[in-house]
Amino acid sequence: MAKEYHTITQIAGPLVFVEKTEPVGYSEVVRIQLPDGTTRRGQVLDTSGDVVVVQIFEGTAGIDMASGVTFLGETIKLSVSQDILGRIFDGSGSPIDGGPRIIPDERMDITGSAINPWARASPREFIQTGISTLDGLLTLVRGQKLPLFSGAGLPHNEIALQITRQAKVLGKEEEFAVIFGAMGITSEEAQYFIKDFERTGALKRAVVFLNLANDPAVERIITPRLALTAAEYLALRQDMHVLVILTDMVNYAESLREIGAARKEVPGRKGYPGYMYTDLASIYERAVRIKNKKGSITQIPILSIPDDDWTNPVADLTGYITEGQIAVSRELYRKGIYPPINPLPSLSRLMRLGIGPGMTREDHRSVEQGLYATYAKGRDVRDLIAIIGKEALSENDKKFLAFADAFEQRFIRQGRNEERSIEETLNLGWELVGMVPESTLTMVDHKIIEKYYPDYRKKK
Amino acid sequence: MAQEKGTIYRVAGPVVTAVGIKPRMYDVVFVSDLHLMGEVILLSGNKSVIQVYEDTSGIRPGESVLATGAPLVAELGPGLITSIFDGIQRPLVVLQKKAGDFITRGVLEPGLNRTKQWSFVPTAKKGDKVEGGSILGTIQETPDVQHRVLVPPNVSGTIEDLREGKYTVEEPFCRLSGGTTLTLLQRWPVRTPRPYRQKLMPDIPLVTGQRIIDTFFPVAKGGTACIPGGFGTGKTVMQHQLAKWSDADIIVYIGCGERGNEMTEVLTEFPELKNPKTGSPLMDRTILVVNTSNMPVAAREASVYTGITLAEYYRDMGYGIALMADSTSRWAEAMREISSRLEEMPGEEGYPAYLASRLSAFYERSGRVTTLNNKEGSITVVGAVSPPSADFSEPVTQDTLRITKVFWALDTDLAHRRHFPAIHWLISYSFYLNTLEKWFDDHVSTDWKSHRVKAMEILQEEASLQEIVQLIGSDALPENQQLTLEIARAIREIFLQQHAGHDVDSFCPVDKQFKLLTAILEYGRLASDALEAGVPIGDILSMKSRDLLANIKYEVNFDEYLEKSVAAMRKEFQTVGVA
Repeated sequence: MAKEYHTITQIAGPLVFVEKTEPVGYSEVVRIQLPDGTTRRGQVLDTSGDVVVVQIFEGTAGIDMASGVTFLGETIKLSVSQDILGRIFDGSGSPIDGGPRIIPDERMDITGSAINPWARASPREFIQTGISTLDGLLTLVRGQKLPLFSGAGLPHNEIALQITRQAKVLGKEEEFAVIFGAMGITSEEAQYFIKDFERTGALKRAVVFLNLANDPAVERIITPRLALTAAEYLALRQDMHVLVILTDMVNYAESLREIGAARKEVPGRKGYPGYMYTDLASIYERAVRIKNKKGSITQIPILSIPDDDWTNPVADLTGYITEGQIAVSRELYRKGIYPPINPLPSLSRLMRLGIGPGMTREDHRSVEQGLYATYAKGRDVRDLIAIIGKEALSENDKKFLAFADAFEQRFIRQGRNEERSIEETLNLGWELVGMVPESTLTMVDHKIIEKYYPDYRKKK
Repeated sequence: MAQEKGTIYRVAGPVVTAVGIKPRMYDVVFVSDLHLMGEVILLSGNKSVIQVYEDTSGIRPGESVLATGAPLVAELGPGLITSIFDGIQRPLVVLQKKAGDFITRGVLEPGLNRTKQWSFVPTAKKGDKVEGGSILGTIQETPDVQHRVLVPPNVSGTIEDLREGKYTVEEPFCRLSGGTTLTLLQRWPVRTPRPYRQKLMPDIPLVTGQRIIDTFFPVAKGGTACIPGGFGTGKTVMQHQLAKWSDADIIVYIGCGERGNEMTEVLTEFPELKNPKTGSPLMDRTILVVNTSNMPVAAREASVYTGITLAEYYRDMGYGIALMADSTSRWAEAMREISSRLEEMPGEEGYPAYLASRLSAFYERSGRVTTLNNKEGSITVVGAVSPPSADFSEPVTQDTLRITKVFWALDTDLAHRRHFPAIHWLISYSFYLNTLEKWFDDHVSTDWKSHRVKAMEILQEEASLQEIVQLIGSDALPENQQLTLEIARAIREIFLQQHAGHDVDSFCPVDKQFKLLTAILEYGRLASDALEAGVPIGDILSMKSRDLLANIKYEVNFDEYLEKSVAAMRKEFQTVGVA
């Protein structure tokens, strides 16, 4: 039985300082016994012979100097087994769906070790989401981490759910297991996800971790780690393909800042701690495919970026770690277009690995380049109209303008339950590219143009 | 070297304080019974502060500490090429076999294989007087790299015994007077630059096969360049392109705090791609030092020093090395993180006040030199910088710009338009243009400079015209200015844009670059003449010539296709009366 200490000397924010302890391990789990009989959990942040600093997950309200502190001698672990599928847990991993406790196959450390880069397999299996803008221009592959960069009031949750419902790898039967990690979102949003999982039957292959808006902020630090530990168990031990949705990473980062401030650390940009890059990387880098292993972890984190300002440190650092970003655009949303994904500031870095002959189609790269360049040009023309009016446009500019409108209305816009195959998406792409003269497509290999550009096809 | 034992006093993340040992600064220390490796970074009273290269979860005060009395060293010898190391030179392939897919703590594995035998052929002989840097013999390390076995810098004497044969790295192969024996394995402290005889002026370009770089902003062998850019602007793709196609003898690629999947990409692509110079797999000239963003932060700090020490070792054999550091911002952040744990007084944006001096000391280890054995070797350093919010005014970018001589500015707007490489031609610069002029005159054409200047003029004129176009539209411009815009567009889209993923276009030799630019400028000249001769601008813009030029760069039979296209272009202009 571990010893209980009553030597708290200071309580500040989420931190408790304990003195005169036996040697305590860094990162160890701590149990605090309150005078009213309830308990809290925490983790060691700093340990020395003189003082041990403990961060309390559920907040320090109600803890007094006489509370008992027990060091449990191990780091935070998650109990895992096949039975976690279909279950709902709170943000620190206890079941909250009324079901039984998990009888563990294994208890896994939630921090996880760094994966050996040599052990990684290159992600290259194309995931068809049925959403044209994603499949055609921002292709997602198994093992990728691709966040939704969104803002308050935008339909990022709906997009995430549509991806979850429709994601499949062509020619493969197995369905994705879904891990849903919620940090600081409202219970309404959480219900929205869970109801949709229930409706579509996805819940039985989902694991849900909920830290809601009124749950302790500090607990948010461990929620994504629990989610990813569960994902690693399913992907690497049970050979499953796992899709992890983490929402909202901005709330997570704010918790990180809260703890940093409580520890009186030197702050970096906008008060966020200087180690936030490393900390976020320890989450995002857990998206993985491993050589000689069947399973994979694909991550779709959601960020509702304050004031849509991408220079916000959370968005900025995320962009540096993840393999691209999906930009949810307020401008398109205001035009009534769903899904309002603006491809121009969006990017999928691993796209190149998952497209082309044998994976999607040989012309995928070309049509993507054509659409991008033409849409960028079309938007420039739109800006121009504001100044010189439509009449002053040249013939070519008018074509670009018409393209930009058609692209938004026919390519980007689609139904919430509309699932387009990659063939449909690419064909639609060529049809639209055909609206502008071939000579403006300098970036596209002419051999492909001759095969796919509508004018040539008609001639055949 | 005296080892001593002490105990842990405090653990706070990667920073551990120990008592009971009396190490020197930057000595290597092993922490806890798990034997986690660390380095002493602060001494205060009886306390030694150690940055630990591995995760410290579960480590508690009172556990043991072992001071080795030696600084962090790199192992040098045959077998480095084709290897992939972490930041403290542990071989990742061996670690995976030994410890599995995840890097478990306390696994120690030497950088060089101890059992592999190397065929050593002596070039020196018994009785020769040798000193630091002298070449004793050679080993064919890979088909592309002949390893020259050197006397370590601080050793000299007369050879008493030196024999041809097969040796492992630890077997003595040479005996000097005074009883010194030498092994193929040498060690060198990573934070100390290796000695050379003299620094030389860099006047040979590092040919990269990237048009915007070689033609407009070239870097010299032994020079320094930086690539700052926001996320998604193509820093890593650019670094990969340089690692693939640069005409260096050896590539050292440091993946410092970046994505794991990017390193996987290098590891899958490099063995398949062919070195344009020799035809062997690119991996046969490459060393990778990889400390991804989720690997321990202190080892990230060490990784750039490990990388440049390996580069210096091959430089001393007389080779040209290109070293890519992606990204130096992550290295700076690692310094910031450690500095903040030490509760040091911060400088700008929380970075330590010594950020600038550390950066400059690192870049100064580049250079073209006369080595101790009077050969010529060089290290070209290309550092990627990841400025937060693509804001180039931040400290890491600014401190780097003050040291490096070439600036390839990656532009977020160009990247969003999918103009790649997204190097902005108006912001970027190279200080080597003048020193390299002679080389291009001798090796490509005496018109090299004038063509570059001409093209740049057109691009600059375009930029000022664009400001007007944004107000009144391009059709309202005078016809000759509309034509300038069209020629500038040809330079941008045909010449500056280069397709990294295209089999042919990925690498463009300098003579091809010159011919392509010449053809575009000829188009510009013919079109201007046509306009002057009274041909309406609409007719000129709708000519097929420009489209023909656009496709040349993708052709395998470049010269043939170029000739055909240029002939067709001249013919088309002849039909409107311009020759």
